[in-house]
Amino acid sequence: MSAKYVGVIGAGSFGSVVANLLAVNSKVKLYTRNADKLKDINTNRTNLGYKLHDNIEACNSLEEITGECETLFPIIPSSGFRKMMKEFSPHLHPYHTMIHGTKGLDVTLPEGMTIDNNNVEFNRDNVKTMSEVIRDESVVVRIGCLAGPNLAKEIYNKQPAATVVASSFDSVIKEGQRLLRSDLFQVYGNKDLIGIELTGVLKNIIALASGALNGLGYGENARAMLISRGLVEMIYLGKELGGNLQAFIGLAGVGDLVATSSSTFSRNFTVGNRLAKGENISEIIQSMNEVAEGVNTVKIVKKFAEHYGFRAPITETLFKILNGSKSVEDGLTYLMKLPLNVDIDFM
Amino acid sequence: MQDKYNNKTKFKPILPSHSEWPIVKLSKNMQTFIEKVSKDSYHKIKNIKKGDQKLIEELERTRYREKLRVQKMPWSVDPDDDYEFWKNVKKQLVGSTENSSESSENSNRILKSITERYANEIASVFKPSSHKFARRVTNFGFARLLNAAHSGRFSGLFRARHTLRDKIRIRGSIDHIRELSKKGTLIMVPTHFSNLDSMLIGWVIQALGLPPFIYGAGLNLFNIKLFAYFMNSLGAYKVDRRKKNLIYLETLKSYSDLAIQDGCHSLFFPGGTRSRSGAIETELKRGLLSTAIQAQLANFKNDKDQKIFIVPVVFNYNFVLEAPSLIDHFLKQKGQERYYTENDEYSTSYKISKFLFKFFTKQSDISVSIGKPMDLFGNYVDQEGHSIGQNGRYIATKDYFLKDGKFVDDDQRDDEYTRTLSKRIVEEFHINNEVLPSHLIAYVGFKLLRKKFPDLDLFNFLRLPEDELLLDYGEFSIEIEKYKKVIFQFEKEGKILTSPGLAKSTNELIEQGLSNLGIFHTNLPLVRNEQGDIETESLSLLYFYHNRLRGYNFEEYVS
Repeated sequence: MSAKYVGVIGAGSFGSVVANLLAVNSKVKLYTRNADKLKDINTNRTNLGYKLHDNIEACNSLEEITGECETLFPIIPSSGFRKMMKEFSPHLHPYHTMIHGTKGLDVTLPEGMTIDNNNVEFNRDNVKTMSEVIRDESVVVRIGCLAGPNLAKEIYNKQPAATVVASSFDSVIKEGQRLLRSDLFQVYGNKDLIGIELTGVLKNIIALASGALNGLGYGENARAMLISRGLVEMIYLGKELGGNLQAFIGLAGVGDLVATSSSTFSRNFTVGNRLAKGENISEIIQSMNEVAEGVNTVKIVKKFAEHYGFRAPITETLFKILNGSKSVEDGLTYLMKLPLNVDIDFM
Repeated sequence: MQDKYNNKTKFKPILPSHSEWPIVKLSKNMQTFIEKVSKDSYHKIKNIKKGDQKLIEELERTRYREKLRVQKMPWSVDPDDDYEFWKNVKKQLVGSTENSSESSENSNRILKSITERYANEIASVFKPSSHKFARRVTNFGFARLLNAAHSGRFSGLFRARHTLRDKIRIRGSIDHIRELSKKGTLIMVPTHFSNLDSMLIGWVIQALGLPPFIYGAGLNLFNIKLFAYFMNSLGAYKVDRRKKNLIYLETLKSYSDLAIQDGCHSLFFPGGTRSRSGAIETELKRGLLSTAIQAQLANFKNDKDQKIFIVPVVFNYNFVLEAPSLIDHFLKQKGQERYYTENDEYSTSYKISKFLFKFFTKQSDISVSIGKPMDLFGNYVDQEGHSIGQNGRYIATKDYFLKDGKFVDDDQRDDEYTRTLSKRIVEEFHINNEVLPSHLIAYVGFKLLRKKFPDLDLFNFLRLPEDELLLDYGEFSIEIEKYKKVIFQFEKEGKILTSPGLAKSTNELIEQGLSNLGIFHTNLPLVRNEQGDIETESLSLLYFYHNRLRGYNFEEYVS
């Protein structure tokens, strides 16, 4: 075991599970801003119901975590990512490596506007992936991301799983593999950072839709249809945002899509499921203690597609369902009637 | 507003004594330096081609390609024994198949002889005396030409009222780079539109009082005696684009790497060759750029804090002499770089002299924008040379090479750094591009004509007979007005620069543009006909000049 610490920023459920994975090979600092949580973790050794590995120490000092750790894993919701980076930035140096596990998009809007504002336009200048946010806000260049079918509960229960570390730097991929790999956890490398980030982001849209189908009581035929058509839509959107096709047909693409579209452990799936059962979106969001990234992703991607003038029928339909202008049933009927009958036209 | 151009200031030389110039020190010990280069590249190649078999294959490949080059593309600058040398290599290679230790020694010896040969070919000997002479000739000769041109009479040759500084405007971070030249090593990276650039940048460096730079000049230019004389004396080393074999390229990189480590300010045209399309480079050749990063790492490892700075430079011309052949080439090849044809506009000294005269008599001002200096990772640096990151904090550039507190060699990492740097340079090119009236009218003129034929693809469009293409002057000037607004907005946001001519009234701007745009091509890109409307005599030339403002997406903002 190396003497150096590895850092995890964000003590949510995925953050805790990643910290546990890292703790197998290294000593880990788990950063949380919440003083109560910090105390709780360091005395009770549990967080959000997850028992934490003995090698994990919680901390809330920026100097400490950036000083002790050259490699950091930021795993926090996309809505707070830029703010976190601004706080960390003064303490970061070009020798730091950041491998994030956040599956959402960042949007920069003019003062006072929110993404629900109708006049807001999204294009590639104001919609950024997390790696781009890291670059914008800090001097860190060794950037990577973590994506794949990694349902926190299953990993916690020591079920076998695999993930993808993507980076344009071979050394970052190697570092991620060295730190994360264990008997039950396989780590693949990929050079298409943006592509892999986008797979993780976009699959949440399909997971929402899949949850809705499930909530309506439909079975495996319907799900398979959604997953495969959903993948096509993801690929179109992903290419438009700057990713390559290859990323989408690998573990982080198809793999993650299948996992999140089928599992009640998935937050986004749960949101869709409850929507179909008649709850409204604000109730659902309030009752969940963690963020379902898919809700914001739908809003962002829908407007993004509008700006660049291409169709994304599943995303558009979900957008209408989320803002209440369409019921889940109507949305489904609409999608079934679409006159798209070419299976694969992007390869 | 402050004077954007520094026409009047006379800059004192920063290192007045020749013996202090790194380039002079290098030249004095040239033989030792060449040996160092040859050894360095020898080891690099041994490292890339591990194992005797791989090395022999590489030598075989190199020999074969060189044989073809000698047969099919001989140049007058080539050494007389070229054929003999490669024939000899063949002979030696035949002997190196059997006994392994002997064969290994044999192939090492062959490799050594090739790297030595290449290192000698690339090297140039800088002579301070002829540098001084060349400088005087440039200054005196150009200035006299200029005066003759201004007065329109031959007798003007003997007046000295106008200097080159009136003709060529230099703007941007002048004092900043003068300051940095004392603190570190500068790498100047200009855009490349014309063969004239090499001379122009030489003059700019001199006018700013900077010590001479070394630079890689295309060997083809050494075929022309006039250029050869200037280049040799200005510290140029030779880059032979016909030789694309690994051994040559590594030797070239070693040369540049080691010279930068020795503190020689250097100049690369990172686009590799002149822009064929007339557009600002968007893809850079990363070979030589990577040597700057290698040199920086070596400096740090050797405990030398000598920092290396990148200075982007943009030339702004109304007119590129070789535009017709460049755009022809572009349209035929679209993207594929080919060997130089020998009969372009610069093929003889006579043609160049004629061109220079025309240049000074007809060409209106040229401007040279010096961009903000950066470190090798694309961060701007302050007057002291400190890299500035987000939030205005200093960055220790050493940190880019460290892992767990130690310097780490990692070629793939450095490739990534080179890629990032080249992207930043392209961005800076666009930011420091100065819009001249001629650029704007070419851009708008082409766009308007193109709009009339939306169904034709570019190539069919360019094949339309020119006499069918006509623009109503009123329509044209309204459109110019609109684009002008957008461009000024871009300038405010720091995305582009404008020349004084752009601030004039639209009519004046158009007039100035028309009287400057590509002025002495036989067929003009844009002219005003007797009815007062706008015509083109050469659509492909118009396309060439229009390309200069491509990539900004002004259309999205034009209402």
